[in-house]
Parts: sequence; structure tokens; C-alpha cells
Amino acid sequence: MHKEEQTITEVGVDNLVSEVSKMYDEGYRLVQIGCGKYDDIFEINYSFDKDCKFVNLRLKITEGVVVPSITGVYLCAFIYENEIHDLFGVSIKDIAIDFKGNLIRTSVKNPFNTPTVTKVKAAKPAKSENAAAAGAKPDVKSDAKPDTKPDAEKKKEEA
Amino acid sequence: MGLFSMTKTVLKSLFKKPATIRYPAEPAKRFEGTRGQMEIDIDKCIFCGLCSKHCPADAITVNKNERTWSINRLWCICCNSCAENCNKDAIYQTNVYHAPIVAGETDVDVYQGKPVEEKPAAAEEKAA
Amino acid sequence: MAGRIVVPFGPQHPVLPEPIHLDLVLEDERVVEAIPSIGYVHRGLEKLVEKRDFKDFVYIAERICGICSFTHSVGYCKAIEAIMDLQVPERAQYLRTIWSEYSRLHSHLLWLGLYADAMGFENLFMNAWRIRETILDAMEETTGGRVIQGVCKVGGVRRDISDAKLKEMTAKLDSIGGEIEDLCHVFFDDASVKHRSVGVGMLSKEDAHKLGAVGPVAKGSGIALDLRQTGYSAYGSLDFKPIVETGCDCYSRCIVRAKELAQSVDLIKQAAANIPAGDIEVKVKGNPDGEYFSRVEQPRGECIHYVKANGSKNILRERVRTPSSANIPPLVKMLEGCQMADVPVIVLSIDPCIGCAER
Repeated sequence: MHKEEQTITEVGVDNLVSEVSKMYDEGYRLVQIGCGKYDDIFEINYSFDKDCKFVNLRLKITEGVVVPSITGVYLCAFIYENEIHDLFGVSIKDIAIDFKGNLIRTSVKNPFNTPTVTKVKAAKPAKSENAAAAGAKPDVKSDAKPDTKPDAEKKKEEA
Repeated sequence: MGLFSMTKTVLKSLFKKPATIRYPAEPAKRFEGTRGQMEIDIDKCIFCGLCSKHCPADAITVNKNERTWSINRLWCICCNSCAENCNKDAIYQTNVYHAPIVAGETDVDVYQGKPVEEKPAAAEEKAA
Repeated sequence: MAGRIVVPFGPQHPVLPEPIHLDLVLEDERVVEAIPSIGYVHRGLEKLVEKRDFKDFVYIAERICGICSFTHSVGYCKAIEAIMDLQVPERAQYLRTIWSEYSRLHSHLLWLGLYADAMGFENLFMNAWRIRETILDAMEETTGGRVIQGVCKVGGVRRDISDAKLKEMTAKLDSIGGEIEDLCHVFFDDASVKHRSVGVGMLSKEDAHKLGAVGPVAKGSGIALDLRQTGYSAYGSLDFKPIVETGCDCYSRCIVRAKELAQSVDLIKQAAANIPAGDIEVKVKGNPDGEYFSRVEQPRGECIHYVKANGSKNILRERVRTPSSANIPPLVKMLEGCQMADVPVIVLSIDPCIGCAER
């Protein structure tokens, strides 16, 4: 089984930029920045690669902590940092190209920071109602559509 | 070179038969292993609901009480996951695509299972 | 100094298959600055992982992209297999390699066609897509799907290819090899192709490295970055060398992709000749617990699937970094200083897949 060796070093908010600059000086390429939220802790991984050697820096923060941007070192980080800001609501200061929450247009603000929605079908009310109606009353399938549609639209308007 | 680099291809294409087929006058290409629409042998189905749990698109609804198995043809992504998770081998995949659905038609196909036979039902009641 | 004007480019534009918006700041006909914005097709697929069984998520991972779908499923499965320490049978690894290369062929042929179309070379577009059709047929015959293969699963693959069928496939590749050569010949030599792409969209080697370019964009700028070198699936036992061009322009990126066609054909033949007999899948027991960054080389470049799991059947987090999102910063750099008329060609030269970039 092919398994790469992957090292993960933890860094703090204070020494993040200096550690990243060190990687830059050693000739590493920024591969990605990825965030994840586990309980109340945001885990931000900064991945670097040099000649197929893969290393990571990991930053663990809590809600409300402001993360310094690394776009001063790696300009290309702007796309990842804006994405993290838009999806998780982590505030990152001094991004070189700051979209101010408009890079990824989502209907819900910070969708990845909201508690897990357990019912998938509830997310699309108009359609699932339709399907439920059609599934429950197989005989009146053709009638189900015109009936449920206005209801769903009303609900949307209310919301 | 330069300007006439495609001459060879042009000449070849002149004498070859067309790469396209005259669909729908000619039937579309279909292979034995093509992933087409899902079908169910409803008599084998025990309405356990495993297929609907494993459906990545939430296209399948199983109603144990009413003994119905329904599939939303527009949501189905023909991944064959339901067939692989079926313990009774009731679901299978064909290599035929579902016909296009036009406005006004329903996109949900409902299959009604046979009502439970008297004997096992009575046995269940006793057990309960 | 001429006055500056801002011209919006996209999200709807004839050359763009997918929506990306660029604000082009122009000085006369020259682009001074380009500001990209994406976000029109965000689907939140990464969030969906929390509600799905990890084995069923393969089907969703595959649908992140419609072109590199197979490599996405390989990337995801590889991550789970690494966490669970699964020994995937050799035959499955070879089959994955064969299908990965087939999807590379189909993606590059699609791109070459689109690129020709962006230059206004309609005939070449038709030619590229005619060859692509035979590749898609081979895919459909062996996997059941034309672009979404659905054949990769955690622990192996779902379908096998018989040895007779493999022979047939390599014979078919031999016969279309000539056609591919003729097609590449046009891209290499044709005056109109050269006229539209040589010296356009320059990205120096230093910039490519600094801005994190991947795939053909990096290879076209002289960086030998190809993750197949790390030897995942069966690439470790096959003989190949990454194709590198040093022109740093759109023409080089085009040449890299054209040359990779021949390379993919060669890799498929090698894999078909060396494929061992045996099982195609291993039984998966238990749930994953741990984390892993799985890296695969897609037609567009390096793709990362980061999976973190805690031993339950739902995964905690999956993060996908697709090649297109890594190639957006280099694109911005390329656009600086180019002519307005070259913008469509340059945008297309990174092979933008925005659906991928936003997931």
C-alpha cells in the first residue's frame, strides 16, 4: 500500500507568519490551506510540498481569534483564506486581495460553521414535499403537484 | 507544414463514413454494461429500507406499512448502490435509460408490493 | 496615460464552460489588472460528508467534477484506504491506473477541442471531439458510464476488465494512436494555433512556483510537478517521465497536454501488459479513524482529498483542494499585461473547472 509520510507541526497565531516564511525560504510550494471545525476548535492546515515531500503546519484556534494572513509571503493564499472566511467565518486580517465575504456566494452565511443539519431532505422543502405527497398517495400523483407547489412557495416567502 | 497541416485529416474524413449516428432514426449506442435505470422485482422486496438509506441522492422512498417502494427517476443517479446493498437481490440495473420526462408527468415511480399473506401476518400478531 | 475602464468578463461567456467572473481593468486594449470572483456554483458537497456513510460518499466525491470524476473517486478512496491501512489488490491498482489514464485522455481531448474552439478553429474542435468519442465508448463499455464512471470503491474497484477486453482496448488505442498523432501535429505546427498562443499568457517559472501552479500550467512553465511520480495506484511500477515544456506561454501548456495524450496511451499499454491476475477488491471492516492527505494527479493537476474521521461511520471532515482553485492565482498573473482579445485563450489555457474549484 502506498502511503506518503506526512508530518504535521503545530503552530500558534504568533509564530504562524514566521514559520510560513521559513518554509518559503526553504523553497516549499504552498499546496493548500484547509479548515475544519471540530467541536469548538477550528483547525487550519497549511500544507507545503517540495519535490513531493509533504509537510503541514497546523493552527488551532477558537471562535473569535483573528488569524494573520500569509498572503504577504505566498500571494496565492488569498483564494484559500477568502474561502475559509466565507465558509467558516474565521476572521483573517490583511489579506492581499480581500473579497470581504463575497468570494463564495452562499445563501446561508458561513455554512460550514452551522450545526449539522441532520435531515437532508428538509433542506429542499419544495421538492421533498412533492415527493412525499406523491409517495404517500400514489393514486393522486398528478394532482399532488399543483397542490403542493403554491404551499411551498408561500413557505419560502414567509422564510 | 503551417497552413495545410490538416490536409491529411481532411482527405481521410472525406472517404470515411460519418462519426455520428442519425439518432433517433437509428437507435443510440448501448453497451451491455451501460448503467441505465434501476428496476425492482417487487415480489422479492421485504421493505427493509436499506436501499433508501444507502442512496446518495435520496431518490428512493420505502414505506413499510403501505408496502410501497418508490423511486424518483430524476433524482436517481444510477450508481447501482441500492442494488449492491439489497439483501434479497430484488433491485437490479438495466442498460436502458429512462425516457425523458415532460412537464405534467410524474417523476416518481411507485411500486406496490403484494399485501402480506394471511398466515405470516397472523403469526406476527401472535408473537406480538 | 489613457483612462482606465473596467470590463466585466463572464460569468456567462461563449468560451467559458463554467461560470467564473473576471473584472478586467483595461488601459486601451491592454489588461492592467484582473480580479477574479467565483462562487456561482457552490454546492456544499464537503458538508454532505457528515450525513453519508463513508462508503457511499464515493459516489458524491465522484460528482465533484464531471471530467476528472474518476480521479476524484481514486483520491477519496486512497485517503480512506490509507487511514484504514487497507491493502488494495494489485489488479485493482492497475485497473485504477488504466481508467485514470483513460479519463486523462478524454479530459485532454476535450480541452484541446475547447481550446481550438476558443481560437475560432472549429474544424480542429470537431476532430478532437471525434477521437474523444471512441475513448468515451471504451469507458462506457468497461465501467458503465461515459463521464461518471462509478467504478471505484473503498477497497478496490467494482468491475473487472477481462484480459480479452484489455487486448481489444489496446488494439483500439493502437488504431486511434495515428489519429491522435495527426491531431497533435496540427497543434504543434499549425500557423493559426501558433499565432494565437505563442508568447501569450506568460507565466515565468518563478511565478508558477510562487503562485502554486499545478498540472499542465506548472509543467508548461518548466516545473516537473507530477504526482504520478509519487507512485500511487500502479504508477510506481510503470515507466514514465513528466512532460515539461519551458515556453511558459499558452502554447507550452497546449503542447504539454497534447504530449500527455501519447504518454497516457503508452501508460495504458504498459499497464495492460503487466496487469496481474487476482482479486479486484478487499473487504472493508470497521470504520476509519485518523486523518490523511491523499494526493492524486488529475488531468488538470494535483488534487488533494483531506479526510479526517473519528471511528464512526460518518466522516468528520473532508476537504478537497482541486487543481482549478490552485490555478486561479497564476491565471490572474498571466492576465496582467495581455491584450483584451487574448483573454479567452488565456482563461481557457488553465483548463478552468469552476464546479471543481468551489465544490
